[in-house]
Amino acid sequence: MTTDVHQLDDGAWISVNDSREINVSDLWLLARHEFCDCEMADFLAEGVVEVGVDHPDIAARFAGRCIHCGTEGITDWLTVGRVIDPDDGQFYGVVPESVHVPRKRTRLAGPE
Amino acid sequence: MPSKVENWKSEVYGNEIREHLMEFAEEGWDAIPEDEHDAWFERFKWWGLYHQRSGQESYFMMRIGTPNGVIEPDQLEVIGEVAKEYATGPVDNPEFGEAYCDWTTRQSIQLHWIKLEDVPDIFEKLESNGLSTQQACGDSWRNIVGCPVAGKDKHEHIDAWPIAEDLNETFKGNDDYANLPRKWKVSVTGCDQGCGQGDINDLAFEPAEKNGELGFNIRVGGGLSRKEPRFARDIDVWVPPEQASDVAAGMSALFREYGDRDDRFNARIKFLMDEWGPEKMRRVLQEEFVDFELPTAGEDMRDQYTYNAGHDDGHGDHVGVHEQPDGNYYVGLDVLVGRMGAEDTIELAELADEYGSGEVRLTQRQNIIVTDVAEEALDEFLSEPLLEDYSPDPHPFMRGSIACTGSEYCSLSITETKNRQVRYARWLKNNVELPAGVEDFHIHLSGCTASCAQPQIADVSLRGMKTRKDGEPVEAFDIGLGGGLGEDPHFADWVEMRVAADEVPGYIENMLSAYEQRRADGETFREFVAARDEDELQALADAEETSYEDPYMHNTKMTWYPYADKDDMSASPAPTDGSGQPITSDD
Repeated sequence: MTTDVHQLDDGAWISVNDSREINVSDLWLLARHEFCDCEMADFLAEGVVEVGVDHPDIAARFAGRCIHCGTEGITDWLTVGRVIDPDDGQFYGVVPESVHVPRKRTRLAGPE
Repeated sequence: MPSKVENWKSEVYGNEIREHLMEFAEEGWDAIPEDEHDAWFERFKWWGLYHQRSGQESYFMMRIGTPNGVIEPDQLEVIGEVAKEYATGPVDNPEFGEAYCDWTTRQSIQLHWIKLEDVPDIFEKLESNGLSTQQACGDSWRNIVGCPVAGKDKHEHIDAWPIAEDLNETFKGNDDYANLPRKWKVSVTGCDQGCGQGDINDLAFEPAEKNGELGFNIRVGGGLSRKEPRFARDIDVWVPPEQASDVAAGMSALFREYGDRDDRFNARIKFLMDEWGPEKMRRVLQEEFVDFELPTAGEDMRDQYTYNAGHDDGHGDHVGVHEQPDGNYYVGLDVLVGRMGAEDTIELAELADEYGSGEVRLTQRQNIIVTDVAEEALDEFLSEPLLEDYSPDPHPFMRGSIACTGSEYCSLSITETKNRQVRYARWLKNNVELPAGVEDFHIHLSGCTASCAQPQIADVSLRGMKTRKDGEPVEAFDIGLGGGLGEDPHFADWVEMRVAADEVPGYIENMLSAYEQRRADGETFREFVAARDEDELQALADAEETSYEDPYMHNTKMTWYPYADKDDMSASPAPTDGSGQPITSDD
C-alpha cells in the first residue's frame, strides 16, 4: 500500500491516508535553518505549501512567519511525521513545538 | 500535471455529486469509504457542504446561497426552522446559544453542526421553498452578490436584481460552467454608491453609461485571499443589461479554459490578470469567447460611490431606516458579527411578514434588511423588542464589526473570531469615546489570510496571528489601518504586527485618541492614515492591556471546540452517527 499524502482546503491541513493529521496554526521551533536570522526560529505555520514523502518521513513546506523577528516566507522541508509501515498506514506525528531542522530536499508527493 | 483535486473533480463533479451524497446520507457517515473521505468532502462542497475542522469530524457547515442576498417571503422562517432543528451541536456557544444562522459577507447563510444523515430532509425543506445550497462552495459560480436593496433603492440607476437573478438561473447547475479551476465570484452593482463591492470580486458589473444608455462596465480579477489582495481591473468593456449574461458566460469560459488547474494556489483569475493584464484579457475574451463586438467602457459612476468609502457623506452601509422609491421603507438591522439565533431568526421572519412584505435581504456587511415596511407601520415595527438586539441605530462599534467563522469551525483559521469580536465591540462601546463626527468605523476581524471577513477594506483590519506573552504562545492579530472601498479603493496598511489579542482594544483606543488629537479639520480616519507613512503610524499608538478580558488567548485550534468545558481533542464526541452518538472504532 502506498502512503497517500496531500494538502487540502487552501493548505489548511495535511491528509495522510485520508486522515487529517497536521493543521496550520501550530508553532514550530526551527534550528539550523535559513528562514530568518534568529538562531531558533519561532515559526507560525499559516498554510501548507507542498507535501512530500521520503519513506518513512512525511514532509511539508509551510508558509508562515517567525513570530520572534517577523520574517515571513516559506520554510524548507520539515518532517511532520512518519508512516513506518505503509501496509498499516499508521501515522506517527512529530511534536511541532519541539526542535526541527529543515532540509533542502525531499520527494514530492505528487501534484497538489 | 493536474492537481489531485482536479483529478477527483474529473471523476465526479457538479450536479452528479448529489446522487452520491444522498446515498451516503441514506446509509450514514460510516458508508463513506475511509480512503475516499478527502475526495468526497472536496466534492460535497459543490453542494454547499464543507466538512468542519479537526475534532468535529462527521459534522458539516452548510451554506445556502441567496443571490443578491434576497430572501423571499416565507423563506426566512424556513431558514430559521432548519437551523433550529438541524444546526445544533454537542455544545452551546456561550454568546449565541445552541442554534444560529450566520449571515456572510457574500450575502449567503451558513449553518453549522449539520449531520450528513439530515441532508436529504434539509434539502427537501429548502428546495421546496425555493432555496438551494447548490454551488455555494466549490470550484464554480458562487453566490452572486450585489446591491442588497436592488429594486428598492432611491440611489440606483439600474435594478441589478433581475440581472443577478438571471445570472443565477443561467449559471447555477449549468454543466458547461460547473467545473472551473477555482471559485468564481461575481458582483452586480446597479446603484451610484458602490455597495456591490465589485472591486473585490473575480468579475464585476458596475453601472456605466454609454451613448445615453445605462449598462455596465466590466472589471475582472479582484480578490483578497492569501496576502495577495487585488482590486478588479477595468478591461475596457461596456455591456447593456441584456448582454450581461453573454459577457459573464464568456468570462467564466475564459477562466475555465485558461485558469491554472495545476496549482490551486495560482488558480484564481486575479493571477491570470497579473500575467496577462487587462488588454490581453479583453482581447482573448473578444476573440475566443463572445460572438459580438464588445463596446469599449462607458462613463462610470465611481466618483459618486459612498459605500465603505471612508467618509460619512451618504450611506456607507444599509443599516437604518431608508425610504424606498415606492414610498415604503427598508429597515437595515445590525447583526453583530452576522450571527443570529435560530429563535430570533424565526421571530424576525414573523415581524417581516407582519410589518413588511415578508421579504428580507442580506448585506455584505453581515446585516439583515427588512423591506417594504409601510410608513404608518414603521414606529410600531421599530418598537419591537427584538430590535433592541438587532438595532437599526446601533453604536458605531457594533455597526462596524465584521468577523469570519474562525477557529470555532474553520480549518484554516489561526484564531477565535466571532465571540472575540463581540467582546471587542462591547468593550469599545463601553469604554472608548469615538472622536466627534465619526459615525462609521469599521473593524473587520479575520482569523487568517483567507480574508473571509474582508479585513483589508476596513478602518481597522485584524488578521489572526500568534505571539508569545510571558513566554507562552497566545492568539494575536496583525493590525492594519485605513482600508476601504469607494471611488479609489485602498487596502489597509499593516502597521502593528503580532499584537496579543487582549491588547488589541487598548491599541484601538490609543489610535483613536491619537487621531482625535492630531487630525486636521475635517480629516477622515482614512485620510489621516493615508497622510502618514508606516513609521509615523507606528509611532502614534501602542498596544496595551486594559480592563478588557479575553477568554480565548490559548490555542483554540488545539481544542475540539473552544467553548466546551472539556475542550481537549480527546474529549471530542466526533465522529457521531445520525443521532449524534459517538461512533466507536471497531479496532
